[in-house]
Parts: sequence; structure tokens; C-alpha cells
Amino acid sequence: MLSADQVKPGAQAVLSRADFDHLITVLQAEGYDVIGPTVDNGAVVYQEIDNAGALPEGVASRQAAGRYRLEKRADNALFGYIAGAQSWRPYLFQPSRTVWRAEKSGDELSFTEPEEPAPKMAFLGMRACELAAIELQDRVFMNGDAPDPDYAARRSGALFIAVNCGEAGETCFCVSMDTGPKVTRGHDLVLTELIAPDAHDFLVEIETEAGAEIARKLPLRAAEPQEVGRADAILAETAQSMGRALDTNGLKEILQDNQDAPQWGDVAERCLSCANCTLVCPTCFCNTTEDVTALDGESAERRQRWASCFNLDFSYLHGGPVRPSVEARYRQWMTHKLAHWIDQFGDSGCVGCGRCISWCPASIDITEEAAALRRHAEEADNGEN
Amino acid sequence: MTAVSAQTDPYRPQVWRIVEKQMETADTATLALEPKDRANAMPFEPGQFNMLYAFGGGEVPISISGDPRETGRIIHTIRAVGSVTRPLIAHERGALVGLRGPFGAGWPVEAARGKDLLIIAGGLGLAPLRPAILDALHRRSAFQRIVILYGAKDPDSLLFLGDIADWRGRPDVGFDVTVDRAGQDWHGNIGVILRLIKAAHFDPANAVAFICGPEVMMRLAADELMARDLPQDSIYVSLERNMKCAFARCGHCQFGPHFVCKDGPVFRLDRIRALLQTPEI
Repeated sequence: MLSADQVKPGAQAVLSRADFDHLITVLQAEGYDVIGPTVDNGAVVYQEIDNAGALPEGVASRQAAGRYRLEKRADNALFGYIAGAQSWRPYLFQPSRTVWRAEKSGDELSFTEPEEPAPKMAFLGMRACELAAIELQDRVFMNGDAPDPDYAARRSGALFIAVNCGEAGETCFCVSMDTGPKVTRGHDLVLTELIAPDAHDFLVEIETEAGAEIARKLPLRAAEPQEVGRADAILAETAQSMGRALDTNGLKEILQDNQDAPQWGDVAERCLSCANCTLVCPTCFCNTTEDVTALDGESAERRQRWASCFNLDFSYLHGGPVRPSVEARYRQWMTHKLAHWIDQFGDSGCVGCGRCISWCPASIDITEEAAALRRHAEEADNGEN
Repeated sequence: MTAVSAQTDPYRPQVWRIVEKQMETADTATLALEPKDRANAMPFEPGQFNMLYAFGGGEVPISISGDPRETGRIIHTIRAVGSVTRPLIAHERGALVGLRGPFGAGWPVEAARGKDLLIIAGGLGLAPLRPAILDALHRRSAFQRIVILYGAKDPDSLLFLGDIADWRGRPDVGFDVTVDRAGQDWHGNIGVILRLIKAAHFDPANAVAFICGPEVMMRLAADELMARDLPQDSIYVSLERNMKCAFARCGHCQFGPHFVCKDGPVFRLDRIRALLQTPEI
């Protein structure tokens, strides 16, 4: 066992698989709702879990364009799957929430926010791309002089326990987006799963004091140099095995300068405008409001919910939508994600998680569409020269 | 965690009272609002907008149409076109509404100091321009020519008839109006506003133009001004988009890389001209 003063930010230690349940027990004892991966309806989803038995032990996931299937692994890895359909986004930026209630009676009109305490959540099993996505959403919801109160309350109390990816999926391209696979920031603790024929351990790296507080209560032992070396080797191999790549060099300009390219019409012939890509994307932040009046006419509620730029009413102005064609809506989504985000928030809005590829029912691949647009731009340039 | 205070919750409207209501046309009303709590009165810049809430109906962005020097009250001119604007203007004097604002970047009236100021309005586009006009007329001597060109659908849709009479009568304002169609009792111009722009007196080397109206009208008006050698960076337009939050967070008002609610609604033409010419941005 490590002594308490050895367990501090910057320290590395090892937690054995046999003791993994302690992590969840300690988090619960510290008052956290533990949200972690579990298998539900044939997919790995993030839900509140009670014990390590709920984790997707021995589960692998296979992704391809328009395809997602779970399989059995040859080993008993707890985090041996590729990030599932939905990211952590719903836990910080709720899919639907009441913003305020309005009461009207006589000469009075008042607005009251619901008094719902934000849950204190520990996210277990966050991937590097997902942490990068939260960092991006922070820039949207916590920026400037008016942070989103609900997001900020949920975000500030949350503990982030990350896991380094032991392998890359067929639709992964975090290396292209410089967001992974190694967890480097935004987390409190990061685990690397080490599986050998005779051992199953987790290298635990402590990043913050909040992470150290949890780690001090765990039966940790000192990390051997070869264990740290194996973790590095696993990450190097994951980085080498990305299923997709996105060439970001000059991509912002290519998108912004080719808004009239024929490629948009081409992808529109395949795109169903179903909004799946925007629902699974960990950085999509668009939302809308709905106003609901009680039957007595004396109280009303404003609700906020996720919205998608693929829906016609998203751009509705009196007279009709600004973007009636699927072509314009796909162009808006992809240009915003890969180009306008950089102008608006300083970085690409894509973290390379590949969800929009896996979960597109028409198998549209953002990396292929970007490459097609790049070819078009290069041909146009050659034509001019 | 308790409920967030009104000061920090950007979604919570303040309560304002309709203290005056005037029907401008059959479907357009001007409302004067005062805050229920006097402490919530706020200054605004010409061209800015507020989010107005009709109880139970929802919230919409409405530009401010009043005099920026008149503090303590806020004037909005609203056309009933949808499920929020209809109940808003159906309100009678004394009714309470929700208001958040003011938001956005307005008309850079200061940029026209010492120059000719051209105001080009189409339809309801005169409403967001009115605070800039009133501001400029308050300090008339700070500008060279002031030219106001106003195009409307027909004589019955003309807004701010009192102002129009005032501007028409002033020797130091070049005011002209045109309508798309009119009966025999109309003795003024009939036709598109572009004809007024062609004939307007201004010095393109020393002028600033503010344009507000339907997007196609703004595009053509800007082209006409450029044909008269007014540079793009002397032309400003005000855009309209769907908005839910008004602080660059709901995503609805995106116009290329810009958030119309925060970066606009007023934009300098050279910064958005390519986008303005691309369909369905």
C-alpha cells in the first residue's frame, strides 16, 4: 500500500482488478452518483452504476460507417470497447430541462427557476476525445459574463475519471484532431487497463487534488517502471491504429471558400437529414426553447431542449426556413463543425470520436466528405493556375 | 444549490409593462414599455434588440425602435407574423411582458460623424433604423448630409407617419419614400427603392450608409450604393435570423462564422458580403 502522502497530483500507482469495486464504493461514499459504461440494448451506454459488475466486462465494440455491434473479447477487460453511441453530454447539457416557470395572476408576472440541486456526479471511463469535447462545450456554456447556470452547476461538481484507450475503432480519428488517444488534460484521474495472462491491473495517474482525495482511499500499490512502460506502449499502438484520418491542414479555408461546391449536392442525395449525427456528437450545443402553458392559463413553463441544424424549423423565420434544402443543412453542420467553430471558439468542433460516422444510417463519413471537398478545392486551384 | 439569481441567469426575463400602444398599420403596433422595477431600466445603442416574451406564447427578438436618449422606457415596433408577435401586439395598455436585453452590435452612428449619413429602409426595416435617425438628428451638426430613403409595400404600410412628416419637412434632411403599389390618391414615388438610391445626393468618398430591410432588398441596395462608388466598408446592414437565446448559445442565428445575435445584427458589408451572396446561409 502507498502511504497517503505519496498519493498526490502527479503520482502514479496501481489498482488491481480485484480491488476495482473499491473505486465505485469510495465514490459513492463521497456522495457521487457514479455514471459509467454499461451494456444496454446491444450498445455501451453511460448510466448510473452501483458496482463494477455493471461494467461491460469482456465486451468489444466494432464500428464502421453506419454500423455498431458488440462482440465478446478474448479477455476480461472492463474498458475494452470503443466509446459508445452517446457521450457524457446529456449529463452536463441536459437533453431537456425546465428553464423557468412563469406565473401570472392579476397584475403580477413572475419568473422562477426550478429549485433542483445539481447532482454531484463522477464520470467513470471517459475517453480523451470525450474530455476534449467537454472542454469545447465549456467554451460554449461557461463563456463570458453569462454562464449557463444549469451546465455550470453540473460541471463544477463533477469528477472526471478517464481511461486511456487500449485500442482504436474503425471510425476513430482522434489523432488527426489532436485530442487523443492519451488523456492529457481535463481529468481528475486517468486509468490505463493492463491485462497480462497472470494479472489484471489499472495504472492510476493522479491529476488533481480532487482525484487524489479519492485515490487516497483506494488500496493502491506503487507502480513498477515496466507497468508505466506498458501503458505508454499500449497508447502508442492505439495511436498507430486509428481507423480513420482527417487532414485538417487548411481545412477551415477549404470549407469556407467552397460553399458552392458540387460536393454538397452530392452528399445531400445520400443524407436523410435525420439529425442522428448531431444527437451523437459530443460537442453539438444547439438548443431550442418550447413554451408550455398550463390549462388554467395562469402558469407557463419554458423548456430548453437539444435542437439540430438538420431540422427545418431550426432556421425558421417568418415566411419559411432559411435553409430549406438538405444540401444547405448538411453544409451548415459540417462547415460549422470543422471551420466556423475555429472562428467562434478557437478550435475545431470535431474531436475525432467517429460517432457521426458510426451512427449515420446512410453511412456518410465526415472524413470522406472532407477529403472530397479537398480534392474539389485542389482541382479548382489547379484549374486556375 | 439554490436557484440562480436573476442577475446571473441569462435566461430569466425582467417584467416590463406596456404603457402605450399605437397601431402603426393593420398588423403592426408600436409599444412603449417601462420596467415594473425601475432599477431594471437600461440604456441601449441604436440597432440593438431585446427578447420579448408574451406570457405562454414564447419569446422573439425585436429590435428597439425608440429614441436612445429617452431613458426609462423602451419602444418596440412589432408586426404580427407569428405565434409570439400576434399575442404581443394583442396586449392592451397596462399588460405585462417579459424582456431580456438589450443584445447585439448596433449601428455605428459615430462612424458617420463628419460625413454624409444615408439611411435606407425597406418595410419594417425602418424600425431598427429609427433610433439611429433620432440619434443623428439630435446632433444634426455632427454630420454632413442626412439622407433617409424609405420603401414600403403600399401607402397603408408606412410606419411612423409623424416622423415621416417631420423628416419630410426638415430642410436639413433629404427624405424620400417610395411604395411598390398605390392607388390614385398617392402622389409620391412608385417603384423599387433602388431608383431613389440612384438619384440620392451624397458624396461617395465621404459617406456611410445604414441599410435595413428584407435581405434581397439589402443586397440590391448595397450593390446600387457600390455602383455609385460607395466602398463596402462604408455600408452597414442589419440581419435577421431565428434566435432563441440571444447570447451565442442556441446556435440558431448562425450566419457563416457569425452569431447574428452577438456579432450582429448590424454588420459591416465587407465582412459578410460573400455570405450574403450565397444562398441558404
